[in-house]
Amino acid sequence: MAEPTPSTENEPVAVASRIPSTDLLGVYRMMVTSRVVDERCLTLQRQGRIGFYVPMQGQEAAQVACAWALSPEDWIFPAYRELGVALTRGIPLKLLLDQFIGNAGDAMKGRQMPNHYGYRAFRFVTASSPVGTQIVQAVGTAMAARRKGEPIVTVTFFGDGTTSSNDFHSGLNFAGVVQAPTIFFCQNNQWAISLPREKQTRSETLAAKGVAYGVPGVVVDGTDVHAVYAAVVQARERALAGGGPTLIEAQVYRLGPHSTSDDPRRYRSDAELNQWKAKDPIARLKSELLADGQLTEEADRDLWESTKSEVSKALAAAEAMPPVDPRTMFDDVFARLSPQLEEQRLSFEELPSPNPVRT
Amino acid sequence: MTELTLVQAVNRGLFEAMRSDPDVLVLGEDVGVNGGVFRATEGLLKEFGEERVIDTPLSETGIVGAAIGMALYGLKPVAEIQFVDFIYPAFDQIVSELAKFRYRSGGQYPCHVVIRSPYGGGIKGGLYHSQSPEAYFAHTSGLKVIVPSNPADAKGLLLTAIHDEDPVLFLEPKRIYRAVTGEVPDGDHRVPFGLASTVREGSDVSVFAYGAMVHVAAQAVDALATEGIHAELIDLRSLVPLDEKALLASVEKTGRAVIVHEAPRFCGFGAELAAIIAEKALYSLKAPVVRVTGYDTPFPYALEHLYLPNMERVAHAIRKTAQAA
Ligand SMILES: Cc1ncc(C[n+]2csc(CCOP(=O)(O)OP(=O)(O)O)c2C)c(N)n1
Ligand SMILES: [Mg+2]
Repeated sequence: MAEPTPSTENEPVAVASRIPSTDLLGVYRMMVTSRVVDERCLTLQRQGRIGFYVPMQGQEAAQVACAWALSPEDWIFPAYRELGVALTRGIPLKLLLDQFIGNAGDAMKGRQMPNHYGYRAFRFVTASSPVGTQIVQAVGTAMAARRKGEPIVTVTFFGDGTTSSNDFHSGLNFAGVVQAPTIFFCQNNQWAISLPREKQTRSETLAAKGVAYGVPGVVVDGTDVHAVYAAVVQARERALAGGGPTLIEAQVYRLGPHSTSDDPRRYRSDAELNQWKAKDPIARLKSELLADGQLTEEADRDLWESTKSEVSKALAAAEAMPPVDPRTMFDDVFARLSPQLEEQRLSFEELPSPNPVRT
Repeated sequence: MTELTLVQAVNRGLFEAMRSDPDVLVLGEDVGVNGGVFRATEGLLKEFGEERVIDTPLSETGIVGAAIGMALYGLKPVAEIQFVDFIYPAFDQIVSELAKFRYRSGGQYPCHVVIRSPYGGGIKGGLYHSQSPEAYFAHTSGLKVIVPSNPADAKGLLLTAIHDEDPVLFLEPKRIYRAVTGEVPDGDHRVPFGLASTVREGSDVSVFAYGAMVHVAAQAVDALATEGIHAELIDLRSLVPLDEKALLASVEKTGRAVIVHEAPRFCGFGAELAAIIAEKALYSLKAPVVRVTGYDTPFPYALEHLYLPNMERVAHAIRKTAQAA
């Protein structure tokens, strides 16, 4: 499935727009960075240096190519697995690591689990855990941007399992009715924790779920950066031209566990995993780059090494940050501290035992 | 000043806000062409057009979720939930998203949505057109909960809500949408949050109420005045933020407290009031705190006149509290 496959008869076949050749190495670098950060974070979690982690290995092509096709002005509404999107958007690695640690540099002020981040300056909205909630919000922001005359799209990310949630359906329906400039980007990684895709829905594809809402649905091979890029470019152009939303189903595979609390051997076979490992999106793009002479084995080795040392540097900087100030616990509930919170903060500060400070 | 019903006052408040600020818009089921099933949004579509008065599909999670997205972008959406009994499909968006956005983003994403919704019993609405769910929402950190009891407050508190920086659940006592009229200041009239209002001054018993129950309690208080019991009636208006000072000052003065609300008693908002009194004014009390509330049953259709606190029940509780040793 190299080409975007239309799921409805009316849907014109995507014009094959490939990622510009001059961009390809940049895309590859982002994918490698995502993989290196991901692997390092799994290690950090095992070592107890971060509390939890949600890996995204196997989804690099889908995430990086999608984000690559966007304008930096487009708003992103992520779920919790969008590291490749965040890095491609330009969010500095150190900031992300601060969040994973929950230190004083964390823009979320240590309030959220790892992977639940957002950065206003990057138009990357703060994720939450309940699946699907971001989907309707993305539609509202698209309506607001259109009302303000800003020519942007909103893009919301979610998984295969989330297509069963209320907000997926509400969001698609709303977007269809108001023709919102929103791209619904579903990464079908075949699993929702332990539930396989076929137990999630009888629908033949997830993209087909757009049909009833009047939203074109497109299936793409999410390990192919070109196919993903083409689908997103087309969806974006359609949205900006007033043609409304698109649902894109990028077929990928979650190579790792659902999270560091999950053991996938309980529910899926090594055979299945190995089949998909053979389709590793990073290896796939690497072959293309090797073939057209943009990359050599040696340059590739250097890239991995230099990326690893960059990650180490960022990590050292993040780990040197002081812990979160416990008194900030009471901030940002409201714009201003309410009398009740003021009182609770005072009583917290006056506790006889030392305030618990994370080390 | 103009003499208005409560629902007209809400409507004037919306007109006022939308005229003064192009970022204010309303969305909800039947709010446009139909002007809302209670006519709270009547006339808005004609003046402000479809882009600012949005008839939405029938999905409460969609309404609140879309409003959140608009607010993140910088608009000031006022979402209507047609009856608060149907707010539960949006509970996740309100509790997990709206109330937490500012906090979870470390202050990066304020999320200022106003949700207006008719609430409460007394209109023969049965189980699903009568509920008072304020406690669920008052329990949710990050959400303000406002309940006006008269037209002037309805307009003034609504305008404060629309110009506030935090998410607000604005509960409108539909039972008195038309039953209560009053003089309402014209123009940009605002009533601040966090300030209770004293409806009747008295020194024998403090009575705390909000919404439609203020009127029931006022009848009881007035009736008892003829018996020589002078109760003080305080309309809380703003549940979150709560005017604790007014609550405690009154209890310190009278030493007796009666709390009235139509929601069920168990874990109702009155429990919080009673707990605050116990924590901070226990030594002023001369009698146990008494709650007059709906019963801990679902809302019964044919028996609503017996389920809801009425004048007799409130008067009985005040009298007993006043006479307790
Ligand atoms: C509303 C809700 N229910 C349950 C969960 C617990 N949960 C977290 S992730 C997940 C599976 C999500 O699967 P999918 O949408 O395919 O995304 P993926 O994790 O595969 O990226 C579940 C059940 C949740 N976060 N939110
Ligand atoms: Mg999945």
